[in-house]
Amino acid sequence: MVIPSITSEINNMTVSPKLTETKDMTQPSIISIEGLSIAYDKDKLAVKDVTATIKKNAITAIMGPSGCGKTTLLRAINRMHELYPNISTNGEIKLFDESIYDMSTIQLRRKIGMVFQRPNPFPTLSIYDNVIAGYKLNGINLKRPERDEIVETSLKDVTLWDEVKNSLHKKGNFLSGGQQQRLCIARALAFKPDVILLDEPTSALDPIATAKIEDLLIDLKENYTIVLVTHNMSQAARISDNSMYMYLGELIEYDTTTNIFTNPKNISTQNYITGRFG
Amino acid sequence: MRHLEQELVSLRLDIIDMWRLVISQVSNAGEAILSFDKDLAAKVSMREKKVDAYELKIDGFCENIIALHQPVAIDLRFVLAVFKINSNLERIADFANGISRILVNNPSVILDAEVIQDTNLQVMINQVNKMLAQGLEAFENEKSNFAAAIFSEDSQVDEINEKSVQVIADYIQKNPDRAYECLELIGIFRKLERIGDHCSNIAEEIFFYIDAKVLKHSPKDRK
Repeated sequence: MVIPSITSEINNMTVSPKLTETKDMTQPSIISIEGLSIAYDKDKLAVKDVTATIKKNAITAIMGPSGCGKTTLLRAINRMHELYPNISTNGEIKLFDESIYDMSTIQLRRKIGMVFQRPNPFPTLSIYDNVIAGYKLNGINLKRPERDEIVETSLKDVTLWDEVKNSLHKKGNFLSGGQQQRLCIARALAFKPDVILLDEPTSALDPIATAKIEDLLIDLKENYTIVLVTHNMSQAARISDNSMYMYLGELIEYDTTTNIFTNPKNISTQNYITGRFG
Repeated sequence: MRHLEQELVSLRLDIIDMWRLVISQVSNAGEAILSFDKDLAAKVSMREKKVDAYELKIDGFCENIIALHQPVAIDLRFVLAVFKINSNLERIADFANGISRILVNNPSVILDAEVIQDTNLQVMINQVNKMLAQGLEAFENEKSNFAAAIFSEDSQVDEINEKSVQVIADYIQKNPDRAYECLELIGIFRKLERIGDHCSNIAEEIFFYIDAKVLKHSPKDRK
């Protein structure tokens, strides 16, 4: 005998289109990179003629073997690569249709924040001062209630608030590696940037701290656009929406992460993600 | 060679061994039924346990590879395809065993040569043997086009099966005393038709593995 309630449930059952539709990269773009080439020496191009658009409110992973130019590309997005001597850059990067070369680097880095591989909170500053360090370093004076709100919101955004709310004026040394990295992300969020760049943000962390950062990044993409360089392909597969594969400075393939990890179009991408080289 | 590659090579060798075993099971079951060879039929039934053992081994192998190596792209498609091919092969072997057991359980059963001829039983047996071998060839050579013919051959098998019902019904009317054997014969056709369906499923998995194409639930003329 068939139970009537189950029959009606089966009759009303629909298969979510997400199960059958292949995702494509139709989200609106926030950054467009056009013909970008970067050379450390005259004859040595680290990034070769890369053209791509970074999608808004998505996590974009940049993968590739060591020396493929992925970190250089990431750093070029907020012009951090210009800190290297004798660097030459050709091509264009636009944030919301405005060339990043028409902005001051201070203005640009407020809109596009960066988090590095190793957690690097300022060792002499308290947790509170670390979060608002960007404002202090840029000589922006905020009133106390404003500062308090930024610190609380940023720490809540990185789910660190409950863990440190009673130790805000202590130095950050007692925090674990994972907490320190979340503090660095909070520091990047304090300016309410549009984009957050992360250069292997979990490579120095244990699996539990890594999982917390990954969950955090997924939550953060609701309000921010995230670009992530990672050597950890499982991580790229787990959390990113779109993935770039670079090799010898070239952008070999850029597609949805689902497509890259199930059916990459380029043999070089396939060989890299299946671990056959790299 | 990387550890994962070694595992994939071992998995490939195991599924090919199982495939060959299943091919011999179907071929022997067909031969046994056509020649009423009870000894051969008994041999098929004895070997059924070996097929089951292979199925369990390959299932475990696939599970370990997914859990321990997290394969992606073509490696993932390969493991998923092998997992499903394994299950289809085991079902095919069950049908081969089912055909053999008709002879093992009823040693006195003799099918009339006339009805065997009129129903094209031999043709159908040859056809499913061919489909199984084509699947293996496509898999071993990683050539999905080798598997493409299996879909149209499955339609031919379905056609033979449909026509056989009328031929057998007519035969029963003329020879009511042979009704029992004829019912067994309908069972044999039904099993062969199911083997054809499983061969078709295997061909779909080969397309998925090699070309990343999902043909499942597509109409036959679009495959």
